[in-house]
Amino acid sequence: MRTFILRRLIYAIPTLIGVSIITFAIVRLSPGDPIRLYTFGARDITNEDIEALRRVYGLDKAMPLQYIDWLSRVVRLDFGQSFIYHKDAGSLILEILPNTLQLAVVSLVLQILIGVPLGVVAALKRGSWVDGLVRVFGVAGHAIPAFWLGLVLIIVFAVQLRLLPSQGMLTVGRDQWDLFDRLKHMLLPAFVLSLTGIANYSRILRTETLDVLGQDFVRTAHAKGLRERTVVFVHALRNALIPVVTALGGILAALVGGALVVETVFSWPGIGRFTFAAAIAKDYPIIQAGTMIASVLLVVSYLLRDIAYAVVDPRIKVR
Amino acid sequence: MATTTATLRGTVADTLVRPSRSLWSNAWWKLRHDRLTIAAFCMLALLVALSLAADLFADNVFNYSFSRQDLLHTYEKPTFSNLAYLLGTDEIGRSQVVRLLYGGRVSLGVGFVAALVNLTIGVTVGLAAGYFRGLVDDVFTLFVTTLNSIPTLFLLLIIAAIWQPGPFTLTVVIGALFWTGISLFTRGQTFALREREFVVAAKTIGARDRRIMFRHILPNILPLIFVLAAIDIGAIILAESALSFLGLGILPPTPSWGNMLTGATQYFVRAPFLVYPPGVMIFLTVLSLYLIGDGLRDALDPRIRG
Repeated sequence: MRTFILRRLIYAIPTLIGVSIITFAIVRLSPGDPIRLYTFGARDITNEDIEALRRVYGLDKAMPLQYIDWLSRVVRLDFGQSFIYHKDAGSLILEILPNTLQLAVVSLVLQILIGVPLGVVAALKRGSWVDGLVRVFGVAGHAIPAFWLGLVLIIVFAVQLRLLPSQGMLTVGRDQWDLFDRLKHMLLPAFVLSLTGIANYSRILRTETLDVLGQDFVRTAHAKGLRERTVVFVHALRNALIPVVTALGGILAALVGGALVVETVFSWPGIGRFTFAAAIAKDYPIIQAGTMIASVLLVVSYLLRDIAYAVVDPRIKVR
Repeated sequence: MATTTATLRGTVADTLVRPSRSLWSNAWWKLRHDRLTIAAFCMLALLVALSLAADLFADNVFNYSFSRQDLLHTYEKPTFSNLAYLLGTDEIGRSQVVRLLYGGRVSLGVGFVAALVNLTIGVTVGLAAGYFRGLVDDVFTLFVTTLNSIPTLFLLLIIAAIWQPGPFTLTVVIGALFWTGISLFTRGQTFALREREFVVAAKTIGARDRRIMFRHILPNILPLIFVLAAIDIGAIILAESALSFLGLGILPPTPSWGNMLTGATQYFVRAPFLVYPPGVMIFLTVLSLYLIGDGLRDALDPRIRG
C-alpha cells in the first residue's frame, strides 16, 4: 500500500508541472505588458524606469528562464504581489481556501446522503413511480444551469419567503463561530452545488444496484433463505457502493469548477469568486495562485480517490 | 438478467423470422418506439426552428428588434395585449421574448460548432493514442491528465477574461477545452478494436495506418460517438451560459440565454418574471439533448438489448 501511494504521488509531479506550464503560459502569452499594467496610472514614470522594473521582475530574460524563476518561487508558495491588494497572492488565496473547502465538503456529504439512497430505492422499487421519478431527476438534475437555480432559489427563499439569507457567509456583526448562522448561509449554495452530484449518484447507484441484484451470489443468498433485508444490505449494497468512490473523480472536478459559479451567485467568499474577480481585474498573480491552488486541490482529491478505491475494492491490484 | 421469458422468446422468434438488419436500421426501429426520445427530438427541433426563425418573428409577429430599447417601458409585466411584451421587458425596455429567440441562436450555435471542434480533436487524438500506443499514448495520457486537473471552468474563465475573444474564437476555445472525455473514450475503444481480426486482416493486406484508423476502426466507434456528441453539446451549452452569465462569454448587445441573466440581481424584487424564461430555455435544450443521448445509447449500443 505504501508503494502504491508513493507511486501515485510521483505520478502527480508531471501533472503538476503541466498545470504550472499552462498557468504560466496563459498569463505570459496574454496581450499587454505586465509592467505597463502594474504601473498603470503612474504619470511621472520614464521609459528607463520601466526597463529597470522589467529587470527587477526578471521580465527581460528568455521565456523558459522566466518560467523556471517563477516555478522556483511557486513551490515556495510565492506567487508574487497582487496588483490590486498589494499583498502576497498565495496567502490571500490560502486565507479563503477553507471557505471553499467547507462548502465543497458539505455538498459532497449532501450528494452522497441524498443521491445514494435515491438510486438504491429506485433500483429496489424498479418500475414504480419512485423509480420513474428518480430516473427523470437523474437526467434533469444535470440539465439545470446551476447559476440559474441559484437565482431562482434566492428569489423564492430570500426575496419572497424571507427565510434564508441570499448572500455571503455570515451575518454582519455575528461571531464567526455562530455555526447556526453559517449553516443558514450555506444551505442554498451547498444544495445548488450538490445538485449534479445527487443526480449523478442516483443514476449510478440505480444501475449498479440493479446489476448487483441480478448476480449469482445474490441469488445464492436468497436461496439460502436469508431475509430480504440481509441480502440487500449485507450482500448487494456493499458491492453496489463501490462506484460511490469511482465516481468521485468527475464529481470532485465538477465541485471545484462549479464552486466558481455558485460562489459568485451567492457572494460566498471562496477562491472561485475571488479568482473570478481577479480575472475581471486582470490581477495576474491572483489568477495564477487561484488556478494553481484549485488544480492542486483537484490533484490531491484524485489521489485520495485512488487510494480510497484501492481500499474499498479488493479486486483492484495495488501496485 | 432482467428480461422475462416472454420478451426473450419474442426476440428469439423475431430474429428467426426477420431478415438481418444493419445496426442503423435496427437503431432506427428501436428509436421509433422510444416515445421519450421522440419527444426530446421534437422539442429540440422546435427550439432550433424558433431560433432560426428569430428574424421572421421579430419583424412580423413582435415588430420589435432584439436591440431596440424603450426607456419609457422598462420592467413591463408580461401581457398578451402587446405581443412584444409577452414575457415582459428588461431594465432598458428590451423585449424579453424577442431576445429569448435570438439567444437561442447563440446558445445552440455555440453548442453545435464547439461540439464539432472538440469531436474532431477528441476522436483524432484518441484514435492516434489508442492505435499507436507507446510514446504517443504516454504523451497523450500526460496531457489529458494535466488538462483534467485544471477545473475547466477556471481555465475557460481566465482565457475569456484575458483575451476577451469574440463569439467565434470563444466557440473554438470552448471546443478546444472540452475534448478530453471524448478522446479518452475513443482511445479505450481503439485499444480493444486494434487487436481484432479485421484489423489484423487489414494490416496483412498492407493497409496503411491512416486507412485502418479511419476506415476500419472509426466506423466501429462512430455510433457511440453520436451518443457522446448529444451529451457534449448539452454540456457546452451549460458552460457557455455560465460564462455569459458571469459577463465573460457572449457579450451584449448580442443576447444569449446566459447574458440575459447577468443583471438578474436587479430583477429580484422588481421583475422576477425576467429570471425564469432564459433558465427554462437552457434547461429544456440541455434536457432534450441529454434525453436524445440516452435514447441513442439504448438504440445504438449493441450490448443493450430489449
